[in-house]
Amino acid sequence: MGLLSRKATCNTHGQDSSYFLGWQEYEKNPYNEVNNPNGIIQMGLAENQLCLDLLEPWLMKNPDALGLKRDGISIFKELALFQDYNGFPAFKRALVDFMGEIRGNKVSFDPNHVVLTAGATSANETLMFCLADQGDAFLLPTPYYPGFDRDLRWRTGVEIVPIHCTSSNGFKVTLPAIEQAYRQAQKRKLRVKGVLITNPSNPLGTTMARDELDLLINFIEDRQIHLISDEIYSGTVFTSPSFVSVMEVLKDRNLDQTQVWERVHIVYSLSKDLGLPGFRVGAIYSNDPVVVSAATKMSSFGLVSSQTQYLLSAMLLDKKFTKEYMSENHKRLQKQQKDLVSGLEKAGIRCLDSNAGLFCWVDMRHLLKSNTFEAEMELWQKIVYHVKINISPGSSCHCIEPGWFRVCFANMSESTLKLAIQRLKSFVSSIGMKSQSHQELKSLRRKARNNWVFRHSLQSFYDREQDTTTKVSFSYRPHFMSLSNIAATLDAAA
Amino acid sequence: MLSSKASCNSHGEDSSYFLGWQLYDNNPFHGVVNPTGIIQMGLAENQLSFDLVESWLRKNLDAMGLKKDGESVFREALFQDYHGLPAFKKELVEYMAKIRGNKVTFDPNNLVLAAGATSANETLIFCLVDPGQAILLPTPYYPGFNRDLKWRTGVEIVPVHCWSSNGFRITMSALEDAYQSAQTLNLKVKGVLITNPSNPLGTTMTREERSHLITFAIAKNIHIISDEVFAGTVFDSPGFISIMEAAMDRSLENENPGLWNRIHIVYSLSKDLGLPGFRVGMIYSNNETVVSAATRMSSFGLVSSQTQYLLSNMLANKKFTSKYMKENQKRLKRKKEMLVSGLRTSGMECLKSNAGLFCWVDMRHLLSSNTFEAETKLWKTILCEVGLNMTAGESCHCSEPGWLRVCFANMSQATLQIAMRRLRDFAER
Repeated sequence: MGLLSRKATCNTHGQDSSYFLGWQEYEKNPYNEVNNPNGIIQMGLAENQLCLDLLEPWLMKNPDALGLKRDGISIFKELALFQDYNGFPAFKRALVDFMGEIRGNKVSFDPNHVVLTAGATSANETLMFCLADQGDAFLLPTPYYPGFDRDLRWRTGVEIVPIHCTSSNGFKVTLPAIEQAYRQAQKRKLRVKGVLITNPSNPLGTTMARDELDLLINFIEDRQIHLISDEIYSGTVFTSPSFVSVMEVLKDRNLDQTQVWERVHIVYSLSKDLGLPGFRVGAIYSNDPVVVSAATKMSSFGLVSSQTQYLLSAMLLDKKFTKEYMSENHKRLQKQQKDLVSGLEKAGIRCLDSNAGLFCWVDMRHLLKSNTFEAEMELWQKIVYHVKINISPGSSCHCIEPGWFRVCFANMSESTLKLAIQRLKSFVSSIGMKSQSHQELKSLRRKARNNWVFRHSLQSFYDREQDTTTKVSFSYRPHFMSLSNIAATLDAAA
Repeated sequence: MLSSKASCNSHGEDSSYFLGWQLYDNNPFHGVVNPTGIIQMGLAENQLSFDLVESWLRKNLDAMGLKKDGESVFREALFQDYHGLPAFKKELVEYMAKIRGNKVTFDPNNLVLAAGATSANETLIFCLVDPGQAILLPTPYYPGFNRDLKWRTGVEIVPVHCWSSNGFRITMSALEDAYQSAQTLNLKVKGVLITNPSNPLGTTMTREERSHLITFAIAKNIHIISDEVFAGTVFDSPGFISIMEAAMDRSLENENPGLWNRIHIVYSLSKDLGLPGFRVGMIYSNNETVVSAATRMSSFGLVSSQTQYLLSNMLANKKFTSKYMKENQKRLKRKKEMLVSGLRTSGMECLKSNAGLFCWVDMRHLLSSNTFEAETKLWKTILCEVGLNMTAGESCHCSEPGWLRVCFANMSQATLQIAMRRLRDFAER
């Protein structure tokens, strides 16, 4: 008999993955402009630190919110005692209004359908406990947030079966991919309870197109399973196309008040939009009263501090402030993303076209020694230890193609971002310069050409698949360097 | 369609414990607005010492305002490290030691923060016990344990029966009997969980009980979880002896490192400081693997950094905490004595207690028969006719009918007096 539980001694927490190892390396040697200018720059942390300066003046102008007062009178006692798992009513009202705003008020939410939890981490796990039993499975499009392995599986015993998405169509979800995943689950004798999507996507930084959402709704309707839409990045959409929530699609299709309506659930949090991860504010939104009821009881295991609920209800009720904040937030995110994208481009590195999130999905396939995950790991280690930048390798996000990396941009100043880009530029040049004979350059070009052809034909394959199935069209996004660009870069380096 | 967890009732919320609360919520007593409403005596909260905390807050606006020396530290809003705010953990372990008369010291590196003791208890069970295995719990116990320890973990609770004949003390034979029952049910016992001071008894564990537990845990090679959330509510002698102190007294670290690594404490600021809304709980363990696993699991219930910041400042003020502890204990004692004498006037005796926010009241003589049905009838009568929400012993899994838990620390003197008067009228009938 083991002394501890299996959960305590296994590694389903997934913290041995490179995603977390990179963080550990950063912790040992963190970059600091003054104290440690040669340290590792953290680009593996999806946090929004760009707008703290907007929150602080609001706090100064609203001392009652932090001071736990209402109209100048202390309500400390009321808050200190408040541990009702139904949540602070004013806070839930303010939260659903805020969620509605983010969705352009094209959907409205009912505060009675909200369950507050200590962060989205808690919300996701709680939803698993409510919707699936041990040994059941959820389908997740890849690449996905590395933390899901822990949040969805560890203590719940639920399995994740990947829906593989590829660069051939910009990593969009396709019907063949979903069906393939479903078949995989059946082969493994796993009962599929639902699909979980992250929209906007982490790590892609893209919003889902309406046709993707339609596809998913059709699928879950057909199989009578659940759909969880993790929309924690919904407030970080900084450019078109605008964000379309799955709730909006359901409404537009007149599916509200039908059975499928009760099987679609949203997860939200204030950690990414408002940049307040430390305050632990997450929420589950569901139209199924049984789910709301069970999840509410389970939220006892992770309630939001009443001190925090009070502060944020005051903040979110200030509609003028939230409007201004979101507008400025989007502006700054867009600028920082543009800086990263253009900086990387100058280093010959392309990013997936993105319109949201706190990161870019970066294509470094051309920097791999071979089209393998070993090569990806080798490249990643070089970038962490020699270039001194922590980024997240695609394999930690379960990406099926080697060579992609998630690079965060919203957790640093402009100058730090510039420095990071500079380091990467030097690194890429050095790879180009390192003992490259003319012959090797030629063979590299040939390989790149072959890869290009391979990827191109793969893309045609998917196009063909599409034609024979639904009349869904996918916008093709150029995601890899053209041959001439590769040649130009290598020439420049030679 | 949904999980079995969502559709079952292992959350235990259909028990009378929660039903009483619901009825109270529908008709709550208020001195002015609703003087005939139900008085809540089923809620173990400490509302006696807020004025002390509030006065500290008034003098320390920076802590509330997320400032340090006038400068904004709002960046703390970013802090989500599951290792917890170091300053806060340092203050917590010092505070915990102070409550234990500084007879033990705690290492902040062995402390894991959680969103309340509810979260801490569940997390510990996830770390120590597999689904289908069991833990032993002395009865009577806190009704919420059925949900906290069993619901999502899939673990079983096997009761260790305690009886009024010896003041509900844990005996060696009761422990052995429980272990045997578990074996008969084919359940592997991984540990015993005690609440010390006890909820609902309001008593601290005796030396003899501690000795039994340790001997038993050594013999069966199991864990001891000591839920010490009421440690700061000990207002009378005998004082409080933490399981950690007992372990140190027996030099377990050297004599039996195996058991030393199987002793874990759960604590919270909800009962002592009266701050349940802030969700501050913690696990303390000498076992590195447990600390590591529990730390990772705490991701599912971290403490708001806003709260960590505020409370690390409050606890750092040692003058304040000393004054608070002393005054709090005085007020608890006074209230408890008021309740005990009020009950006595109505012909009801309480178990002799020295801690907690409640009394364990003997109403066996009021039962129409020595059954739990009669107890439920009595409880309902007191709730609906007398207008007092108390906690029936059955919902605490007491093995004998006729005992009720009555809380006293969540109301003013005036309200308590009204409650006693109502009870007197009822008894006279």
